[in-house]
Amino acid sequence: MNAPRWVAVFDSVVLPLLALVGAVLMFGVFVWFGGTDPVEAWTLLFKGAFGDSFAWQNTLQRAAPLMLTALCVALPIQAGLTVIGGEGALVLGGLAAAGLPYLVDPSSGSMGTAAVLAAAALAGGLWIGLVGVMQQYRGVNETISSLLMGYLAVGLFKHLVEGPMRDPESLNKPSTLPLSEDVLMGLIPGQDVHWGLVWGAVVCVIAGIWLFGTTHGFATRVVGGNARAARLVGLPSRRLVITACALGGAAAGLAGGIEVVAVHNAANASLIAGLGYTGILVSFVARHNPLAIIPVAVLFGGFGAAGSMLQRRLDLPDASVLVLQGFAFVLILAVEALRGRLAAKLAQRGALRAEAV
Amino acid sequence: MTDISIWMDVLIAVLGGAIRVGTPFLFVSLGECLTEKTGRVNLGLEGVLVLSAMAGFGGSYISGSPWIGVLAAGFSGALLAMLHGFLCSLPKVSDIATGIALMLLGVGLAFYFGKSLIQPQAVQIPSIELGAWSDSAQVQSALRINALFPIGVVLAVLMAWMLKHTRWGLILRMAGDSTDAARALGYSVNTVRVLATTVGGFIAGIGGASLSLYYPGSWNEGLSSGQGLIAVALVIFARWRPMHCLGAALIFGGAGAVGPALQSVGISAGYHLFNVMPYALTLLILLCSCSPKRSLQGAPMELKLAR
Repeated sequence: MNAPRWVAVFDSVVLPLLALVGAVLMFGVFVWFGGTDPVEAWTLLFKGAFGDSFAWQNTLQRAAPLMLTALCVALPIQAGLTVIGGEGALVLGGLAAAGLPYLVDPSSGSMGTAAVLAAAALAGGLWIGLVGVMQQYRGVNETISSLLMGYLAVGLFKHLVEGPMRDPESLNKPSTLPLSEDVLMGLIPGQDVHWGLVWGAVVCVIAGIWLFGTTHGFATRVVGGNARAARLVGLPSRRLVITACALGGAAAGLAGGIEVVAVHNAANASLIAGLGYTGILVSFVARHNPLAIIPVAVLFGGFGAAGSMLQRRLDLPDASVLVLQGFAFVLILAVEALRGRLAAKLAQRGALRAEAV
Repeated sequence: MTDISIWMDVLIAVLGGAIRVGTPFLFVSLGECLTEKTGRVNLGLEGVLVLSAMAGFGGSYISGSPWIGVLAAGFSGALLAMLHGFLCSLPKVSDIATGIALMLLGVGLAFYFGKSLIQPQAVQIPSIELGAWSDSAQVQSALRINALFPIGVVLAVLMAWMLKHTRWGLILRMAGDSTDAARALGYSVNTVRVLATTVGGFIAGIGGASLSLYYPGSWNEGLSSGQGLIAVALVIFARWRPMHCLGAALIFGGAGAVGPALQSVGISAGYHLFNVMPYALTLLILLCSCSPKRSLQGAPMELKLAR
């Protein structure tokens, strides 16, 4: 017996929302123990995220890279791999974007921007693709290897930025040579938000179309559901898994590239800001659905934006946002246990009624 | 100073560093070994390590006794690990995902409460001077070892004995090898796993105290970067045998000591590259020791990580 449609909606929309509300409530109680008025914390959390146009700008600016790093989890998981190395792909993507002009002269204008971003996506895609290769050919657990590769990427990044690729004029904060003015990404007309937001949302939509509307995406989901069955019906499971990893990595690499061309103008330590880790949470809250990632990324971008307000007004440590994220992650997983319960209850009641008749 | 004596100094420093840097690896890998023996992976030990390092430092700073700090570290680690145990006991909750969540939560809580602990100095765990017989300052400093290290060695021996020869060890291994068998004998698999995860968190927490109260010996937000995770991979390398965890921890400690040792003799080129040696080594070992065709030798049968 199929459960009615609203039950599925309840499971995939209401349960995550309940978990998020629970996390915000828990956060209030948590700061209350520290002597902060929870109501004030809640108010500031929402004012800082969505209170006025300035807050919205800040929120959307932060949401853009989160959409892309979340895809680094959401795409490989369709093929059955839990990859959490988005931070590494992002950092290397940023490095590749800033590094391209060292090798070739990218043409100016939007073609130049596209070339720089392509380099970023390629770097990220190769990096996470390698995680898929190691999992498929050597059976190395992808969760551990991707996180280890993340640390490797950060080490490599620091080595190159503080060594061979360093701009001699960057004194206090080692950086690569700044990109030329006309490759940089501008703001959306009439808004104070850069084009990265559009890039992020469009890539999420494309990923959604790929996943739910194409044969390739369907085949990937089959592999994720049951790799053995997929091989039995003749699907190239290895290639599909590695492609899904590479696509996810490309998205995270693109995030790094966009951060460089739209925000930092060069690769430096500001790029290592944990965006890859927040992306993991965004993907889990969105239940790994690329379309749901867009609003969830905006929400968590908002919490990030509100963090600095909590710090300034209430004198809370800047890690309060991390605590809130941790609560949200734990509760999201906890409500996972409730999934399907409602459908089962309804089915049971239906069966009883049928018996009575 | 001649070239040879420089390299001797580096070698001695690396050997000494193997114990200094390897001690946290030892505790975390023992904790993870205990958890994985029951068939569950706790990736959250990275979060446990950071939180317990902060709690240990705070405990020692407030009480003035490093041993109270060690206890505080252990209990905070146990609490966080217990949360992992209970969450994973819920139906349809994956242990890998829970581990990722606890990594974020542990780090968040540690940074939140640890904000005020970045400045002060806490009383450190005492050293044991094993190098008093030598007149060389390098040898003396290399053999000045962490008082927690012998405790870790004893713990490894005890755990190996317990797993092999006691009733408790058998129940633990049964939960990890066949949930059906455990259930048939009337043991609750979830209870066994929650207990093992909690005790594992306590042991890993002691490793956190070693970080903040011995080496590097202070609390800051960059204190642990992936040591907890390396330890998880290290258990695979050690084939789930506590005594092998000891050897593996020393190898990894040595790898982690190469960067600082080279820097101490004035070689700083490629500093960041030497610092990522442990991660590269871990990845290399995983590549060599894993295989897609068979499950790993010695792995608990119910463990998803090794399949």
